Amino acid sequence: MATLKDATAIAGIGQTAFAKHLPESEKTLACRAILAALDDAGLDPAEVDAFASYTMEETDEVEIAKAIGAGDVTFFSKVGYGGGGSCATVAHLAAAVATGQANVGVAWRSRKRGSGPRPWKNTTAQLPTPGQWTRPFGLLRPADEIGMLTRRYMHEYGATRDHLFNVALACRNRANQNPAAIMYERPLTRETYMTSRWISEPLCLFDNCLETDGALACVVVGAGRARDCRHRPVYVHSVAQGLPAQHHGMVNYWNDDPLAGPAWTAARRLWKTADLGPQDVDVAQIYDAFTPLVPLSLEGYGFCGRGEGGPFTEGGALEIGGRLPLNTGGGLSEAYVHGFNLINEGVKQLRGVSTAQVPGASTCLVTAGEGVPTSALLLRS
Amino acid sequence: MTDSDIGYLTPVIDEDGAPFWQYAARGQLRIQACASCDELRFPPRPCCPHCRSFDSTWRRMSGRGRIWSYVLPHPPLLPGYAEQAPYNAVVVELADAPRIRLVGNVVAAADAPLNSVDPELLSVGAPVRVAFTAASGGVTVPRWLLER
Repeated sequence: MATLKDATAIAGIGQTAFAKHLPESEKTLACRAILAALDDAGLDPAEVDAFASYTMEETDEVEIAKAIGAGDVTFFSKVGYGGGGSCATVAHLAAAVATGQANVGVAWRSRKRGSGPRPWKNTTAQLPTPGQWTRPFGLLRPADEIGMLTRRYMHEYGATRDHLFNVALACRNRANQNPAAIMYERPLTRETYMTSRWISEPLCLFDNCLETDGALACVVVGAGRARDCRHRPVYVHSVAQGLPAQHHGMVNYWNDDPLAGPAWTAARRLWKTADLGPQDVDVAQIYDAFTPLVPLSLEGYGFCGRGEGGPFTEGGALEIGGRLPLNTGGGLSEAYVHGFNLINEGVKQLRGVSTAQVPGASTCLVTAGEGVPTSALLLRS
Repeated sequence: MTDSDIGYLTPVIDEDGAPFWQYAARGQLRIQACASCDELRFPPRPCCPHCRSFDSTWRRMSGRGRIWSYVLPHPPLLPGYAEQAPYNAVVVELADAPRIRLVGNVVAAADAPLNSVDPELLSVGAPVRVAFTAASGGVTVPRWLLER
């Protein structure tokens, strides 16, 4: 059986500044991040022959290829479901390169605040299936949909707001160490968290992502080619997407088991094609647009048992030096760019250059949004 | 003024979902069932994921259920919802078929606002029963009343 295992590597990463407002367009930001990633790899933009991004990405590959001076492009792909698509962009490029459909692939995400659907401002928000069964009843935003799952999760397993705070705090602490992060030098206290305003009870302000302007990109090439690039290759060891049986888009209250979401499906495939298991992961970048996605993902990817995701966060487990250092660039406190910053942070860890470096890290799990059809990457140095 | 002017959403009904809303307009809660293997399914869809039959029927439910989960949304929200916020949105699992779950709102009376019930009265597992509200735009939506 053909395998993707370590056949390709991420050879370059690039990003723009992250800010509440950047003057340049999404297209300009995308070009800057992509050219930075190619420069980081030491590759000529004319060599790029593959592109992958999200369906929500508003800059398209035709415009990008033309602007950066790419050569003839022989592979292009877009992945659906917002933040669920992040890791799949790299997975699609890895598959294309490993099977000889292309040689140099670029994945990117460029996003400014207010880009894409904003269901709390826009009455034309999607209402056909499954929207007709949720939106008219005032279940309008992703925060409301995830809040619903969170209440049930708390009820079923005894997870608490302190567990969610542990997640928010670990991410914020790492952002406080990262000069590029939106929340650099802005510490979070338990009191600030517990007294903040509700967004959708039981989710408060600090359980939610902070919208950011910014763009990121990475370059995927064959493993042999990567060894000739500027930096130590970060190998794509295992990849997976996950759309569980009987799933329904963002909300999955209609599954037999709504608390075992797409992460479980992706994880089964991810570990099946890997030489490693959860116990071998040195550092994790877990999609955290909402804090409860982290305990749900910890369970899904097998770091703990069903219902144990809350207690797993106790005792500094997610901090540097803890059982599973988490989101070392800051996660949502670094930037909200549909999770692409988590991919680049995984590469930084395995190069040994993170602002919150885990000593000797050689394996990193990166995940995309839980709740929506998702994807994951297992990276190794 | 239409619903969309005030930012209050009425369902955009598709072919699969149309019977649900037609029965709701008659004050009936009916769920799609396979005419071949009898399995209930929700949301409605063209064929049975269990036996792949394209023949379906709509089975009447008792209208009794339990709160599976709930949230209390706060602004920023669409204007029509922001006016009532914080309100409740609930997922109700049906007593007749616990794997069938409906998103809705618990209200004090069928035509009462979305914030007409004290959130302190809500809890996971609380029994509810269906009521129907004629929303503007000619659509009738199910609402839920707490059982005493």
